[in-house]
Amino acid sequence: MIAELGQFALALALAVSLALGILPMTGAAMGGATGARLMAVARPAAMTLAALAILAFGLLTALFVGNDFSVGLVASHSNLSLPLHYRIAATWGSHEGSMLLWVLILSCWTGAVAVFSTSLPLVLRARILSTMGLVAAGFLMFLLFTSNPFDRLVPPPSDGRDLNPLLQDAGMVFHPPLLYMGYVGLSVAFAFSVAGLIGGRFDAAWARWARPWTTVAWCFLTLGIALGSFWAYYELGWGGWWFWDPVENASFMPWLIATALVHSLSVTEKRGTFRSWTVLLAIIGFSLSLLGTFLVRSGVLTSVHAFATDPARGVFILAFLAFVVGGSLLLFAWRAPAIGNGPGFAAVSRESLLLANNVLLSVAMAAVLLGTLYPLVLDTLGLGKISVGPPYFDAVFYPLMAPALFLMGIGPLARWKKAELPELVARLRWAFAVSVIAALLLPLATDGFRPMTSLGLMFALWIAACVVVAVRDMLRGADGRLSLRRIGVHPASAWGMHFAHLGVAVFVAGVTLVTSYESGRELRMEVGQRIEIGGYDIRFVGLAPITGPNYDGTRGVFEIRRAGAGDAAPIAMLSPEKRVYRASGMPMTEAAIDRSLLRDVYLSMGEPIGERAWVVRAHVKPFVNWIWLGCVLMAIGGFVAAADRRYRRRALERAARALPGGQPA
Amino acid sequence: MRAMRFVLPVAVFAVIAWFLMRGLDRDPREIPSPLIGKPAPMFSLPVTHDLSRAWTPEAMRGQVWLLNVWGSWCSACQVEHPVFNDLAKSGELPIVGLAWKDMPDNSIAWLRKLGNPYMVVVSDIKGGVAIDYGVYGAPETFLIDQHGVIRFKQVGPVTRDVLQNKVLPMVRQLRGS
Repeated sequence: MIAELGQFALALALAVSLALGILPMTGAAMGGATGARLMAVARPAAMTLAALAILAFGLLTALFVGNDFSVGLVASHSNLSLPLHYRIAATWGSHEGSMLLWVLILSCWTGAVAVFSTSLPLVLRARILSTMGLVAAGFLMFLLFTSNPFDRLVPPPSDGRDLNPLLQDAGMVFHPPLLYMGYVGLSVAFAFSVAGLIGGRFDAAWARWARPWTTVAWCFLTLGIALGSFWAYYELGWGGWWFWDPVENASFMPWLIATALVHSLSVTEKRGTFRSWTVLLAIIGFSLSLLGTFLVRSGVLTSVHAFATDPARGVFILAFLAFVVGGSLLLFAWRAPAIGNGPGFAAVSRESLLLANNVLLSVAMAAVLLGTLYPLVLDTLGLGKISVGPPYFDAVFYPLMAPALFLMGIGPLARWKKAELPELVARLRWAFAVSVIAALLLPLATDGFRPMTSLGLMFALWIAACVVVAVRDMLRGADGRLSLRRIGVHPASAWGMHFAHLGVAVFVAGVTLVTSYESGRELRMEVGQRIEIGGYDIRFVGLAPITGPNYDGTRGVFEIRRAGAGDAAPIAMLSPEKRVYRASGMPMTEAAIDRSLLRDVYLSMGEPIGERAWVVRAHVKPFVNWIWLGCVLMAIGGFVAAADRRYRRRALERAARALPGGQPA
Repeated sequence: MRAMRFVLPVAVFAVIAWFLMRGLDRDPREIPSPLIGKPAPMFSLPVTHDLSRAWTPEAMRGQVWLLNVWGSWCSACQVEHPVFNDLAKSGELPIVGLAWKDMPDNSIAWLRKLGNPYMVVVSDIKGGVAIDYGVYGAPETFLIDQHGVIRFKQVGPVTRDVLQNKVLPMVRQLRGS
């Protein structure tokens, strides 16, 4: 019964999304009383869509919680012995389930726009919600016609095949929802752009409305990617944190564009410039989200994530991609020449710096896209099968990011329209000197001259130093004295920006230090044996069999001491595990990590070689946690910025009244 | 010229979309084996059911046959197993099993449970022979001709579709020539 109800909710949601996609859009084009009536459909329809999607998702979750094996999806992704929290997570641990999650989040974003957009002009709101309705309709059709999560299985098996052990982890519970919040959140900026293109309206008010939505989506995307990387680090057992896997790239490309978009929107809001550029970025950002979905779901590229490959699905998503992306880019080609580019700016100004950063981010995205699609292109042209790996990405990505990081320090300190170069130099010369000298000295003080380490550290310190300069200036009153009371004088968006930039500095420092100073070994270890690595003494104390709810395995017990500590009490006991999941027979490596802000000691078990000997992988990774800490800081900064008072409803209403563009376009 | 600039994004997208469309009917996992057309590497391995006896591919000279790399630990091997059971019943093509990194007792128990389609099973306990054959996952299956040359390689389970439309036509062709 539950499955049929879920199916019904999805079918109803499709009908509602089609109504939402067609009626208000038509109404906006018609105008007049009938048009107004049609546009009035938008809000209730958007909220109904959200309610139906929540219902369908809730029902699928209920099926998983109750382990209803008469539903095919449950039978293939759950098991009687699977713990409750993983049964809930299993809801989105499959292709069908994750597409339903996508629809759920898209519908919720649509509902949220409907709820919070009362200050928007009626026509603009109708077009935005309509666009989102059309996108939702496409995904609902995809679900219902090619990947129905509620399909029954006859006859039902007595037990399910269990969730992929890789996904039985807390990281997996939160990674997809966060990532999709970001991916799908970009649909809001996309819908704003399409609506703006149709209406031909792109002023400061438009940017002000679109900005908080984009920033929030960017924050979620940042967190989602960071969590995915964190999960890969401790769950895959290789000790790496980024692999340039096609699917990682698929989430990273929208992030690069969303980052550019967040900055471009600030220029459009503050100065009215960069309009067509902003619109194009918004379209590309969401297009890349869709492309990512296509790459993952169609099996065009090999990847650890491609758990569902079915050509029919690929054809559907591709057709949908062509419709949404092709359609919106055509609309752009047709309408954008009329937008105009707004007031000009000098060669040295905050605009020009942001433009340079935008260009670098976009080129970086193009480079990642090229590397991701290159194997496909060669294969298609019959030129052979290759794979593009980290050497390519490292070689093109770092040189592009280096100038971007440098400009990032200056940007927030430069004036709009025209900045005086001598003044900038005067303000920043100390920051520059401090970062260069400290970056050179730090490696020297550790183990000698390392140019690449110094370069990475220089960028991190430079960004941090520039933030310090900016914050000092913000806290300095007219009398020249620093006062914390001045925090309230500046808008939250300014504080959020500096906080996020500081996050980038922390991230860059983490990446630089871990790449330069990590040490790792893979070796045969016998019980009782000890090794020394990266200044730590690791002793293999024993082996113990383990029995989990749905797996069996072996646990190694290791004592960690500082090197040369003799037989002092160990600073940590680590117990990496090798599990074999009963239902699938799949082996899994559970790494054990002793974490701290300054370093991780990372152990994972490979294969047994004898009665009491195992292949053990041991790493010491200095500052690795700064990578994810930096991402969290970026996201917090973004949330603070999005919470700025001027985006709140009343302020937006005031702005809408004050601006001549406030009338329906 | 100015308008061209705005058309550029959609043009780039069109090119990407074309490649994606062409890419759909290609399988990125299908990696051409450098062994195709080369003589099958020689080996001598103990017969799983009678470890004192050694077996070499020399015994198959003059016949077209399948070499199936499997293991009792491999779940995908269970998927293709019914296909081999049926093939063995039809008697169209001899199949030799290579139990890869598998203890003979486990292999025998597995075959007892699921049926034994193999003419003979040999045990590659350490996995050395599999390396010679470039095996990087089980199951993998090689079609070897009368002269001991590898003609075809299937990575992953042999499905009925692969057997009917790829393997058997090739077998007929090899026997005809």
